[in-house]
Amino acid sequence: MIELTTPFTKEKARMLKAGDQVLLSGVIYTGRDAAHKRLVDALEHNLPLPFDPMDAIIYFVGPAPAAPGEIIGSCGPTTSYRMDAYSPKLLSVGLRGMIGKGKRNDEVVEAMKEYDGVYFGAIGGAGALMAHCVKEVEVIAYEDLGTEAIRRLVVKDMPLTVVIDSKGRDLYKIGKEKYLHYAHED
Amino acid sequence: MKEIMASKITQAVAKMCKQANYQLPNDIKDCLYDAYEQEQYPIAKKTLGILKENLELAYSTQRPICQDTGMACVFVEIGQDVHVIGNLSDAINDGVRQGYQEGYLRKSIVRDPVLDRVNTNDNTPANIHYDIVAGDKLKITVAPKGFGSENMSRIKMMKPSDGIEGVKDFVLETVREAGPNPCPPVVIGVGIGGSFDTVGLLAKKAMLKNAHEHHPDKRYCAIEKELLERVNELGIGPAGFGGHTTALALHIQTAPTHIAGMPVAVAICCHVARKMEVEL
Repeated sequence: MIELTTPFTKEKARMLKAGDQVLLSGVIYTGRDAAHKRLVDALEHNLPLPFDPMDAIIYFVGPAPAAPGEIIGSCGPTTSYRMDAYSPKLLSVGLRGMIGKGKRNDEVVEAMKEYDGVYFGAIGGAGALMAHCVKEVEVIAYEDLGTEAIRRLVVKDMPLTVVIDSKGRDLYKIGKEKYLHYAHED
Repeated sequence: MKEIMASKITQAVAKMCKQANYQLPNDIKDCLYDAYEQEQYPIAKKTLGILKENLELAYSTQRPICQDTGMACVFVEIGQDVHVIGNLSDAINDGVRQGYQEGYLRKSIVRDPVLDRVNTNDNTPANIHYDIVAGDKLKITVAPKGFGSENMSRIKMMKPSDGIEGVKDFVLETVREAGPNPCPPVVIGVGIGGSFDTVGLLAKKAMLKNAHEHHPDKRYCAIEKELLERVNELGIGPAGFGGHTTALALHIQTAPTHIAGMPVAVAICCHVARKMEVEL
């Protein structure tokens, strides 16, 4: 288990490889479909982003509402490919990490290789557990989007797996092949 | 003629929306726990262990298992001898609105699919299907459906000459293509027959069948077992990290169709395969 803290610099990103298990602590930003569209629109119009993308990590999530006495509801990852249209642009301005689940397209992987990005997988459907890693929450932009608003989260020991590393190695391909090799050896 | 007050329906739907999101039905839970016991591959077993832990936490704290608390899919079997006092569809939508608000569930519905994607903020309208049946009972099933898996479902208008091998290939190709996206281990419903508009519903109903039940026709029952085994040989595994457990259950539902056609639909649900039913 690798302990990782933000800011997520190029040097830290380059050390990670597909399959590594990580405990992430520090500041991350939430964003999914509608927020990504706005972020990229802002970049295209040379407008400032609501947070500094340099060495930042975006978590693809739309949390459930917080119940009384809590700061956030269940908050597991959403499927990442819907952000594929936007991620290369954000990587090009310094975004270093993305947290989600599911496959990414070739354009995203190429951009990750070019700009030293890392794609982490959180376990889909384990939203109640993930909420326990979130220590602080603040909506910082696009409040009208509700669950899709951008939130600044402070997380502690968030369990993640490196799915695609900055060299483009992909755990979804490697993991499946390794398992099939193991199953056929039996 | 039996009379049922609309307010009673609203109450029942609201309660089911909450409960369905906090706890899995026993059949799916059994499948997940059995899969954990049987899984040999270390990372897959570890992932299934995390899913178990998440389920237990959600239940003990009465919080949603997953943040995607779904589109509220509601299946209604209404006996022809039932008279609802009030508006049935409104009563169901009121129940969804109330349940999602009171239960701190996420509101995930936008009012227009393309041009005006604005959240309705109360998770309505529900996606309601009605079946009129004999008798004086009203059966309501609430099945909140996440869209990470919904997006991986497929329909194909196949030719009769494609035969059962064509159906099997289509199912396997759909699950293989979906890979890690729908949050495996998944629950799969296969609809065969009917028409373009009904085959998706057949698949959805197959997906919602009790995991311990099988198709009454022994031939389809054998195909269900074969397909589940073959899906679990794909190697995708829990969370797509590799492993045996790619699917927990697979059901087929069939219907008569036209001489020229063989529609096939594959409905995929994540491991949070929620459903709750009540009979009024």
